[in-house]
Amino acid sequence: MTRTFLGLPVRRGARTLPDDVAHPGGHGTSASAGRASDAFGDVPHPDAPLRWGDAFPDAARVALQNTQLRRNLAHATSTIRTKRAAVVGEVPDWEALRDAGSAIKTDVMARLPELLEELERNVVARGGVVHWARDADEANRIVADLVKAKGVDEVVKVKSMATQETGLNEALAAEGIAAYETDLAELIVQLADDMPSHILVPAIHRNRAEIREIFLARMGDAPPDLSDVPRELAMAARAHLRRKFLSAKVAISGANFGVADTGTLTVVESEGNGRMCLTLPETLITVMGIEKVVPTYTDLEVFLQLLPRSSTGERMNPYTSLWTGVTPGDGPQEFHLVLLDNGRTDVLADEVGRAALHCIRCSACLNVCPVYERVGGHAYGSVYPGPIGAILTPQLTKASGGLSGHDDPNASLPYASTLCGACYEVCPVKIDIPSILVELRAREVDADRGRPTGWGAAMKAASFVMSDARRFGLAGRAAGLGRVVAGSSGRISTLPPPASGWTRSRDLPAPAQQTFRDWWRDRPVDEPRTEGGERP
Amino acid sequence: MRIALTATCLGDVMFPQAPRATALLLERLGHEVFFPERQACCGQMHVNTGYLDEAVPVVRNHVEAFSPVLDGEWDAIVVPSGSCTGSVRHQQGMVCRRAGLDDLARTADAVAAKTYELSELLVDVLGVTDVGAYFPHRVTYHPTCHSLRMLHVGDKPLRLLRAVEGIDLVELPAAESCCGFGGTFALKNAETSTAMLADKMTHVKATGAEVLTAGDASCLMHIGGGLSRIRAGVRTLHLAEILASTKDAPAPVAAGATDGSAR
Ligand code: SF4
Repeated sequence: MTRTFLGLPVRRGARTLPDDVAHPGGHGTSASAGRASDAFGDVPHPDAPLRWGDAFPDAARVALQNTQLRRNLAHATSTIRTKRAAVVGEVPDWEALRDAGSAIKTDVMARLPELLEELERNVVARGGVVHWARDADEANRIVADLVKAKGVDEVVKVKSMATQETGLNEALAAEGIAAYETDLAELIVQLADDMPSHILVPAIHRNRAEIREIFLARMGDAPPDLSDVPRELAMAARAHLRRKFLSAKVAISGANFGVADTGTLTVVESEGNGRMCLTLPETLITVMGIEKVVPTYTDLEVFLQLLPRSSTGERMNPYTSLWTGVTPGDGPQEFHLVLLDNGRTDVLADEVGRAALHCIRCSACLNVCPVYERVGGHAYGSVYPGPIGAILTPQLTKASGGLSGHDDPNASLPYASTLCGACYEVCPVKIDIPSILVELRAREVDADRGRPTGWGAAMKAASFVMSDARRFGLAGRAAGLGRVVAGSSGRISTLPPPASGWTRSRDLPAPAQQTFRDWWRDRPVDEPRTEGGERP
Repeated sequence: MRIALTATCLGDVMFPQAPRATALLLERLGHEVFFPERQACCGQMHVNTGYLDEAVPVVRNHVEAFSPVLDGEWDAIVVPSGSCTGSVRHQQGMVCRRAGLDDLARTADAVAAKTYELSELLVDVLGVTDVGAYFPHRVTYHPTCHSLRMLHVGDKPLRLLRAVEGIDLVELPAAESCCGFGGTFALKNAETSTAMLADKMTHVKATGAEVLTAGDASCLMHIGGGLSRIRAGVRTLHLAEILASTKDAPAPVAAGATDGSAR
């Protein structure tokens, strides 16, 4: 059967992407190269889910022109920010909870190998099978082989970042297996042949009118009189998915947490689609990043308080599913856990960067990020957008530090921030994202030391001047010459590159006629103490 | 109290009115102000751009310029900038340690412990909120990111402003949202920075304020530069300038001086 490479069978009304679009080139593929002409999405499906599109400044420039996107995002992020702030504000020991979450994660990273082996022992003891995947390809192959061994060509999926990261749906499609996303937002993205733009709400860049269009065009069984009322849209998706839940023999999920001391896996969700996937099919395959292990069952107490409030702004998520191995006569009778590395051990080896592995994928940092709010998720060129993406993606892909080449678009990600600190402030596990961004920038700079760059030369010169008061004083006086450029208006409105980046939208005041230093020196010693802010 | 003033590199050259007002304000309150001439810059620009090696001599110079505070030369150090105070407190030690300079890092940390942003010094150390200022204008306050989230100054600047005689202080909508400056971010990601700036300016204009104030000259340079470009008729003044303003020596809000630029 012909399918789109996302795994959507054509008989369901979805168009087939032309062959040359299905596998655009390797890393650095520009967003336009693989664009499907009639796609709802602006983004082609990449070969590398952690590296697609242009460098951030270029991708952002395009995204900023999308007025619909900006309106949708501003509305969605401000709504969820308000909700989060309200439910976090009512927890008196929130800061203590964050400290606890951070401490548990620090402990996990300190003894990850031991905890993973403990998890494996306990999953196996309860009737599960554990697989270890070094990278995305290996994980995808393991899953595809397991599905094929069951003799089925359809699976249902619970929304999972790990399988987004490995490009599992595309890999399964190549093997003739259709993977059906069952999370509402993920379904929208899949039907639109789009890429996710948010780790919790992958279709956050869509408004309900767009979603209605997508359903009518791509769902196959959407009621023709479908309106854009959210409840109606949800009901249509529900009817569409129900058949799949009942017929699917295999389900694939991610995991929010894997408990080492009991072998228990956890998925938290809002819609109940996860619960169906995790209980109805005969076989369950869970792909989990190795950093998601927690030491003990009681540790869940901390994270199950932190996660829903940070992520959906709910006190408790509607569905929390926990399962341990296989229970005869109840739920899936075959359970596989695929433990995914895919660059994580490299991140773990890094003293500063490893805190990025503490992330519990709540998405709070995306929702508060002023950069993300303007440009959306696609500009980050990775399934991990926003502040966490800006520190995780370059590390997972070895982009910072020049290891993957100076033209790697992911090397631009650590600069996609004003370092405003809003992400750090809300992160439930207290990841100091701004400090890690600075560290990654430093690595980039250090790797570049052999190559002459304009920025490097400017920073060296500035270091020379700014480390000595005499030199700085002279430079300050020389800067006063900038008043000539400013003329009588006192403002500078055009400058050559790179300063033109400033003057395209902002004036620059003329440097002061007299530096503070000179004013201080010239000031009469017995100057009246009451003199106010008078200017020379 | 004997107080050493950090003018900040930007304040020294581009916005001397901010350190000047800081000095005059503290003197008016009866303190003795010193300007350690050896100072130049705290190193923040180099650090935030990733040039940590280049930041070392800059940080060393700053630490050595202010280390006499450890011998009791001064009682405290004041900085009229949230982000420079943040850099002193949270970055200088890291820069030194990363370069293997543990002794310098310890000195940096000790100096940082005596360093205060202006509103912190006034409210926490000197215990004043009413500084006797007079400023009869409509003003809105932008809490800069680093003063808010790195230093946690909270409502200290607002308490100081509320006590100013004659002031009409109006709340800025979405005040805590970043203005889009971010140092070299404004150049490297100029379009995104401009989009953030546009929203900030919309909120500033919605207040009907004639003056926008903040505790950081850098953010004011950014927002003020945008307001100047669109001829918004809103002037930017550093928090210190409003607090230094008195009936005898008012801070200038003259006609034609509405573009936020230095005179
Ligand atoms: S980095 Fe923190 S705030 Fe961002 S998604 Fe991860 S846990 Fe949530």
